[in-house]
Amino acid sequence: MSLLEIQDLKVHFETDDGIVKAVDGASFSVDEGQTLGIVGESGCGKSVANMTILGLTQSPITSIEGKIMFEGKNLLEASPEEMQAIRGEEIAMIFQDPLTSLHPFYKVGSQLTEAIHVHRDVSKQDARDRAIELLELVGIPDPARRMRDYPHEFSGGMRQRVMIAMALVNDPKILIADEPTTALDVTIQAQILRLIQSLQDRFGMAVVLITHDLGVVADTANYINVMYAGRIVEAGTLDEIFYDPQHPYTWGLLGSLARPDRPRVKRLSQIHGQPPSLLAPPQGCHFRPRCPHEFDKCKQTPSLDPRSGTPAHLDRCWLPPEKKRTLRVIQGDQIGLEAPAA
Amino acid sequence: MLRYIVRRVLWGVVLLFLVSAVIFLIFYVFPNADPAKLRAGRQANPRLISQIREQLGLSDPIWEQFLRYMTQVFTPFDWFGASQHGGTGPLNFGNSFQSNTPVKEIILDRLPATGLLVAGAVVFWLLMGLPVGIISAIKRRSALDRTTMVTSLAFISAPVFWLGLVALYLFASDVGLIHIFPGIGSYLDADTFLAKCWSLFLPWLVLAAATAAIYARYLRSSMIDVMSEDYIRTARAKGVGERTVIMRHEVRSAITPIVTLLGLDIGLLLAGNAILTESVFNIPGVGREIVVAINRSDLPVIQGIVLFGAFFIVTFNLIVDIAYAYLDPRVRYQ
Repeated sequence: MSLLEIQDLKVHFETDDGIVKAVDGASFSVDEGQTLGIVGESGCGKSVANMTILGLTQSPITSIEGKIMFEGKNLLEASPEEMQAIRGEEIAMIFQDPLTSLHPFYKVGSQLTEAIHVHRDVSKQDARDRAIELLELVGIPDPARRMRDYPHEFSGGMRQRVMIAMALVNDPKILIADEPTTALDVTIQAQILRLIQSLQDRFGMAVVLITHDLGVVADTANYINVMYAGRIVEAGTLDEIFYDPQHPYTWGLLGSLARPDRPRVKRLSQIHGQPPSLLAPPQGCHFRPRCPHEFDKCKQTPSLDPRSGTPAHLDRCWLPPEKKRTLRVIQGDQIGLEAPAA
Repeated sequence: MLRYIVRRVLWGVVLLFLVSAVIFLIFYVFPNADPAKLRAGRQANPRLISQIREQLGLSDPIWEQFLRYMTQVFTPFDWFGASQHGGTGPLNFGNSFQSNTPVKEIILDRLPATGLLVAGAVVFWLLMGLPVGIISAIKRRSALDRTTMVTSLAFISAPVFWLGLVALYLFASDVGLIHIFPGIGSYLDADTFLAKCWSLFLPWLVLAAATAAIYARYLRSSMIDVMSEDYIRTARAKGVGERTVIMRHEVRSAITPIVTLLGLDIGLLLAGNAILTESVFNIPGVGREIVVAINRSDLPVIQGIVLFGAFFIVTFNLIVDIAYAYLDPRVRYQ
């Protein structure tokens, strides 16, 4: 059984303009020690889905359906107190912008120990020791002294390290990292990803890595979900997604990746158009309006099924697998949605 | 931190100095009336006027008058002929044209009433404004929120003199519909501290009403801004309880700008901004004194009160700056 299993999750927001279907029937699971990559462009529902796991999207305008099973318990039916006990203790989360994710008025040390005290009945000194230990682990020099500093005295990369330390002080079973490197310099990005991976090896927690950048998950993820407009459109192992992608949206993502290992192209290829409004998504396949390979069947919604011949490789595209394998090649052996413009 | 405080204090002193100079300019260099004539009163004759002119040193060169005035206000020394022209300082603004009492004495006599009025009002408006602001923000769009926000708008819009009269009409023990609180002029009869406080009960409410309403609305919007901050989401993600998220994380951030408001408001009220409340309830405070002084063109009194007011405003600004640096660690390093 999986550690965390999301079944047909729907998260809708009732706004003045109508119902925003931010997540529209997503199912996925996270196994112990696994790294799951969730990839998709901004606004595809990947953050909302994961914040819902922690109960952070609740508001009077939210309606949530489906099941979030964690260790045999449906988190959507848990009481606020039960959720509070799970947040930060069983499932921890780090966010995109480390510059704004720490409280500007409290010292880093007190923010770290607060995370310990809310879950553990330990002495101040023990909490402090644990916090220093974690700061050291995430690579902050002179951690005992840095405990007394305020967040604005840390650089962006250092603040993300602090966030990671804060997330891990209670040894969570799952770490959800929501675009942890997006706001950082490219050089720092690699460091942070490597840090997360090494901590994962050490603590053995599962990691859900949310990103818009396939390159970020290429090194780290075992399994990848590609999300588009509130739905998972393709799910498979790292190799399946990179070498046998089934959904045209995945081709588009792969084609738009800058690849230093390939001959340089004049222009990176792009996916034309804009993601659909989640207020009124297109009927059938959501990717239909941007897909050059659309045909009449696409007006029916394809379910997430194994279509490529491998049982664990799922996708939502009506094209026959043989046809996909010819259509997706745009140049030599390069995969993409459309050949880059000359 | 110490450097920051020293810098702020020095700035405060410079500012007070500049304000004094401006006040001097207004009252001595561009007078719309001749101080000597005003001082001479009804039985003025040319001889008396020139005698007074000599006594006040008004025929000396402007720069000498200025230096003497600054000496009298800020130092205890007998420079620039201070002792011959009105006596030495510090805080010597001369004598009232009307009663011939030293202005310093008049102000020190009126300050306690204003101080007590302001202190009580501050307590009232904080006790009313802050909880209402916090609760409205948490229960945003609820019936409670809408009711308190509309009510607060009414209090903000109501002029103090009107609110004061309505309060008297409703609750004053002499003329009110319900005889509960002491009415007009009761402060003058009160001799114990408690009696004074009791006599100020209605003025406190009236003076606090508008400010409490402003604070409630301000804190509400400030809270709502803070609620959507990333670090609040972080606190929740850590598993911090809802109550702690609100009190320790949200209110802590949202209340910081309120401190600025509070400092400025206290400074302004002590400077005489409680003028309307003091007039309506006949409280012998600084605000009412300046009205009297203006009506009688009592220049030294006006000048003294204005400078005292400037002193309070500068001082409370200073306190605000220091408190802010204490509350927001990011400020200390700028």
